[in-house]
Amino acid sequence: MARMKFLCDADRCIECNACVTACKNEHEVPWGINRRRVVTINDGKPGERSVSMACMHCTDAPCAAVCPVNCIYSTADAVVLHSKDLCIGCGYCFYACPFGAPQYPRVGNFGSRGKMDKCTYCAGGPEADGSKEEFVKYGANRLAEGKLPLCAEMCSTKSLLAGDGEIIAQIYKERVAKRGYGSGAWGWQTAYHETIAT
Amino acid sequence: MLTKYLRLLAAALAVAFTVAMPVSLNAQQQPTSVNPTADSVKEQQLLQELNKIQGRGTIPDVKSYTIEQPAGREWRHFHQVTLHWIGGIAVLGMLVLLVAFYLIRGMVCIESGRSGRKLVRFNAFERGVHWMTATCFIILAVTGLNITFGKELLLPLIGAEAFSTWSQWAKYAHNYLSFPFTLGVVVIFLMWIAGNIPNRVDVEWLKEGGGIIGHKHPPAYRFNAGQKMVYWIVVLGGAIVAATGYLLMFPFYATDITGMQIAQVVHGVVAVLFVAVMLAHIYIGTIGMEGAIEAMWDGSVDLNWAREHHKLWVEQEMQRDETAKSPRTAATPAE
Repeated sequence: MARMKFLCDADRCIECNACVTACKNEHEVPWGINRRRVVTINDGKPGERSVSMACMHCTDAPCAAVCPVNCIYSTADAVVLHSKDLCIGCGYCFYACPFGAPQYPRVGNFGSRGKMDKCTYCAGGPEADGSKEEFVKYGANRLAEGKLPLCAEMCSTKSLLAGDGEIIAQIYKERVAKRGYGSGAWGWQTAYHETIAT
Repeated sequence: MLTKYLRLLAAALAVAFTVAMPVSLNAQQQPTSVNPTADSVKEQQLLQELNKIQGRGTIPDVKSYTIEQPAGREWRHFHQVTLHWIGGIAVLGMLVLLVAFYLIRGMVCIESGRSGRKLVRFNAFERGVHWMTATCFIILAVTGLNITFGKELLLPLIGAEAFSTWSQWAKYAHNYLSFPFTLGVVVIFLMWIAGNIPNRVDVEWLKEGGGIIGHKHPPAYRFNAGQKMVYWIVVLGGAIVAATGYLLMFPFYATDITGMQIAQVVHGVVAVLFVAVMLAHIYIGTIGMEGAIEAMWDGSVDLNWAREHHKLWVEQEMQRDETAKSPRTAATPAE
């Protein structure tokens, strides 16, 4: 089985937000919820960089550890998924998540939190692959169709890479070797306890 | 004509040269490849400086501008390890202590027996506020402990579906009952503050250990030093859990991710200690002491119970009774 990861090559990201739009459209993500977003650091200053960030599908995921109802789990491909049937909307996964991935619709009491929503790596949820119920709750299940996450697939500069960790790390290493520079795999140390030596 | 063309050509060449010369010089000075990351922001450097990476985003959700906060892993350690230890030791430790104390000391009896005469200790309003706050507290405590310990203790017994349904209702109960609980704490604070200011009698009471060990009964006014401690723990502990609880209940209205994590840490620690103290309070109010429950149940206590535990209060009450009964003595004091 593959170990699925995301890698954002910050030296290539042009902050076009196509990944954000693709994600919202593919999964019909409701208004106010963003499974992926692009953040620009040092905006307008020399050396600014943009990074596209979503759930990194961590090794030993902190969200899963702190969930009081154990509704978050890892698949055989190391994709971190959750069950909206079990989620109680307590918000603890957001405190634990290093990447701010969990999102909550404002439907709960006091307009606070409904059931958590986050990036599924285009892999749906616990329901049957490709079923209507799965689509309504979690969006499209591209992985079951043999496709990779749409955000990375349609990245115009191929800044965002998705796929097996070793393969995308190899692609990134070759890139860095060829062009002579690279600011590293953002978030990898935190998410996977490893980084890419370049 | 020809000379004019030649002159123009020469001028054009001269212009071309002066433009081209610096360009070719620059090209020679520049390195063969550029390294844009040399002066760009770097992940590890940013994390070392702030332990957080923030930037500018394009969506209204300001929280999303933080792309990395490894402190989430520290909070996880607190929630999964530290809080379990603090909570386990506080709650189980208190239960063990109380059982041991009951086995060794047994129920504190009314030594002089019941007199048959009753003295009003708490009026209906006081008892109403007490039981409203107490009921809320018990439900808040059980539903709160469920969030931290439920998945280890209860989930394996009843299964994921049932546990999730229960936890969902527990969350609603925890959120909504916080309001009457907070109200109860505020009223308790105002209602009993007069009797709960520490004074010299408390020092004596504490020196004698409240008479817990042995059979001595140090004198006390309406509330002894132990009760005053419970009062202040309820008022201050209640204020802290309420304040941090509302921060958690209205997420990110008043604070950022770090603030939310700190609020949860404070809420969790104070709450489990609060539960431990309240276990002791429940013990001494019920099986720990004969005649104590009556004070909060029907509002009046046996005179001998009051004489043993709150001697100075009984004297005050008697004096007030007498002055009320004989208006003549009240009107013309002896001195």
